[in-house]
Amino acid sequence: MSTDTKKVLFGPIINNNPITLQVLGVCSALAVSNSMANALVMSLAVMMVTAFSSMFISMIRNQIPSSVRIIVQMAIIASLVIVVDQVLQAFSYQLSKSLSVYVGLIITNCIVMGRAEAFAMKEKPLASFLDGIGNGLGYGAVLLTVATFRELFGFGRLFGIEILPLIQNDGWYQANGLLVLPFSSFFVIGLLIWAVRTKKPEQVEKD
Amino acid sequence: MSNSSKSKETFSRTVIFVFVICLICAALVSIAASSLKPLQKANKLLDQHTKILEAAGLSDVAAKNGVDATFEKFVMPKFIDLASGSFTTGDHAIYDERSDSRDVAKSSAVKDRGVGLRRRANKAVIYLVKNDQGHIDSAVLPIVGMGLWDIMYGYIGLEANLNTVKRVVYYELKETPGLGAEVQNPKWKALWKGKEMFDKNHNIAIEIVKGGMANCKTNKIYCVDALSGATLTSRGVNRTIHFWLGDEGYGPFIAKFGGKLNNGELN
Amino acid sequence: MEHYISIFIKSIFIENMALSFFLGMCTFLAVSKKVSTAIGLGVAVTVVLALSVPANQIIYQAVLAPGALDSLMGVTDPANSIDLSFLAYITYIGVIAALVQILEMILDKYFPALYQALGIFLPLITVNCAIFGAVSFMVAKNLDLGESVVYGIGSGVGWMLAIVLMAGIREKMKYSDVPDGLKGLGITFITAGLMAFGFLSFGGISL
Repeated sequence: MSTDTKKVLFGPIINNNPITLQVLGVCSALAVSNSMANALVMSLAVMMVTAFSSMFISMIRNQIPSSVRIIVQMAIIASLVIVVDQVLQAFSYQLSKSLSVYVGLIITNCIVMGRAEAFAMKEKPLASFLDGIGNGLGYGAVLLTVATFRELFGFGRLFGIEILPLIQNDGWYQANGLLVLPFSSFFVIGLLIWAVRTKKPEQVEKD
Repeated sequence: MSNSSKSKETFSRTVIFVFVICLICAALVSIAASSLKPLQKANKLLDQHTKILEAAGLSDVAAKNGVDATFEKFVMPKFIDLASGSFTTGDHAIYDERSDSRDVAKSSAVKDRGVGLRRRANKAVIYLVKNDQGHIDSAVLPIVGMGLWDIMYGYIGLEANLNTVKRVVYYELKETPGLGAEVQNPKWKALWKGKEMFDKNHNIAIEIVKGGMANCKTNKIYCVDALSGATLTSRGVNRTIHFWLGDEGYGPFIAKFGGKLNNGELN
Repeated sequence: MEHYISIFIKSIFIENMALSFFLGMCTFLAVSKKVSTAIGLGVAVTVVLALSVPANQIIYQAVLAPGALDSLMGVTDPANSIDLSFLAYITYIGVIAALVQILEMILDKYFPALYQALGIFLPLITVNCAIFGAVSFMVAKNLDLGESVVYGIGSGVGWMLAIVLMAGIREKMKYSDVPDGLKGLGITFITAGLMAFGFLSFGGISL
């Protein structure tokens, strides 16, 4: 793998993470990070949509009339999201129920739109595809980290398997009630940003 | 570059381009939707059947023999007219309680404000469950009512006397995880087994009590311990059950058929 | 009337788009540095919500909902009923994008002063997931036309309230000594988390 490909693919995980650095796609990251299963499926869905929409848009980038650019991108993204949603409903009904409207909200996830505008409109299809995968990985990395914290300490489980037996099930672990609530992901992501930026001081914002 | 960008911007070219994109997207979406439709429908039914069987206490049987087979063998969906309590007709495969309860012609205004519903459908689908001998062993009644955050949907499973509880199963709710959402905790659901809904005078007696069973004012058989830390959700469940057992809910049906479900007039 | 007031209050406080469902977070975090811009964006979001929720309600109920086209197409057997609800997402986003575009043109032509103030925010709103989210919730809640108007305005006001409060806090926070790694995005996340914590206390108000 050439260094360029590597940069495109793995750069978004820490160095240029869509959530912690570019503030994109936060909505769903907060709402669906209560369990690993939700987070994993959501990350895969976002990765697929970003990768394929970037690829398709890049394939037709020289043909798109600029006056209808945004709406054409939207149509492609929305179609892909519908396909993903239909597939989820058909093969993983329980998960699609617990993700509810947040699957549909991938359409307005700024990561997808942002990569289409910033990368796919300029670069070749293969590079755009990899860029989409990379950003999906970056999104997934944050989502899964948050979900690990929340599911392990909030419910005593990982992927639904009991790790820390809860008191209400005759175990010893008193679940952290805060981490169970959706807004706790704000704190987890905030602290995550702090950790990343302490490690990489060049990401610190100027006043 | 300037040449190509100019030719990209003509009106007719833009229209054709958009048209082609729409065509491709439409084809993609329609193919996906229509080819996956049967699977999605089956999933939905499977989910519903699993919950009904759980309310009837048949989860173990279903795990062994498959949900669909068990449902086919033991469960009979029946329409009832809530106001009169008698059986009526309808196609349960396409019946949608939620759309009926919004249709003024097919629903009635709810008088009891505590349950948090404005209207309820005039008809209801209930599920009569047979045992191995073919006798009616239990009845599963759908219930709907406000919790803390939003409407909660569930089923009550009653024994054939329409008094003793088998299970109370909620399948759709938006309660606080870890607190109100514990109505789905198996330990709490187990508390309901064997409780009785009505006292000897046929008044609703079941009550969710706060602060432990010591606070139960009547008989222990009529009391269920509230969820700790979820007073409002527990209150919602209590109101929901009282509403559905009462005159506006299954009251007339229970008065008519309590203890008489095996009289043969159903089959 | 009472019913509408209840929906209105509920959509502002209890089901706040930004702080209970975490929708429209990208813009919420990015454009909340100054109160004046926050108000501008808030007004724009409210206007678009007030128009697009009812518009989508009409289209959904008349065309997309299962069985809506039956009488028009002469389908009498309920087993063959036409269900276009899988087209919902693409329709919503199309309607929202079109409404934003039209609004932009009208403002430009008849209210140039307002256009100057809101103009830069309008294109951003198409991808604001608060709009898309409110439309999806409207369908999930099965609201009728009158309710959807109230719900649209209410969610808009709620979102505006959240972003204006956030901007107010951030203006004051300029004078605080925040650790380097938390500066900017990190502390904003944590502040938003605390605000969401506060809004949680509206839960359980029954109207």
